[in-house]
Amino acid sequence: MDKEDRRMIEVFNEFFMVLLLLIFCIIIAIVRVIRGPTAPDRVVGLDTINTIVIASMVIFGAASKEVIYIDVAIVYALLSFISTLFIAKYLEGGKF
Amino acid sequence: MIFEVILYIFLGIGVFFNLLGSIGLLRFPDVYTRLHAGTKCTTFGSIFICGSVMILGIKMWYQGSTDGSVLTIHTAGAIIAILLTNPTGAHAIARAAHRSGVKPVKAVIDTLAKNDSKKNKKEKQKEIKK
Repeated sequence: MDKEDRRMIEVFNEFFMVLLLLIFCIIIAIVRVIRGPTAPDRVVGLDTINTIVIASMVIFGAASKEVIYIDVAIVYALLSFISTLFIAKYLEGGKF
Repeated sequence: MIFEVILYIFLGIGVFFNLLGSIGLLRFPDVYTRLHAGTKCTTFGSIFICGSVMILGIKMWYQGSTDGSVLTIHTAGAIIAILLTNPTGAHAIARAAHRSGVKPVKAVIDTLAKNDSKKNKKEKQKEIKK
C-alpha cells in the first residue's frame, strides 16, 4: 500500500462522522436563509453558518492531521466577523 | 485511554449543541429568539469541538509527536477568535434589527424604543438651540 491510499483511509475516522453531522447543521441553517421573512433573519442564518464552518474546518484539520486548516479557520473567523459587522451597520442605516 | 474518553464526551456535547442551535434557528418565531438560539448554542458547541481537538493535540504531544503542540496552540487561537468575534457580531445584529423596525412577536412593552426616541428628541432640541 503506497502513501496516498493510506492517507485516504486515515481520513475516515470519528472526526469525519462529526464533520458529516456539522454539514447537516449547515443545511438546516441554509433553509432559514432561504425562507427568512425579513433581512435580519437571513443575517442571523449567515452568522450561524459562519460559526459552524469554523468548527468544521477545525474538525477537518484534526481528521486529516494537517495544521494549515486550523490557520484557515482563524482567518475565516476574523473575516466573517468583519462582514457581519458591515451588514449590520448597513441594515441599521444612517451615517457610517 | 482517559484522553479518548474525554475527547469523545467533548465531541458529543459539541455536536449536540450545534444541532440544537440549528433546529432552534429553524423553529423559533422571531428574529431575537432565533438569534438567541443560533448564536449562543453554536458558540458553546464550537468551543467544545475545538476543546476536543486540543485534547487530541495534547494526546499526540504526550505520545511524542511534534505536530501535537502546534495543533494545540493553533486550536487555542481559534477558540480565542470565536470567543472575541461571535458575541460582538450577535449584539450588532440585534441592535441593527431593532433600529430597522423589526418588533418582537407578542411584545407588550418596548423600553429601548422609548429611550431611543427620548435621545432623538434631545438631540433635535440641541440642534434647534444651536
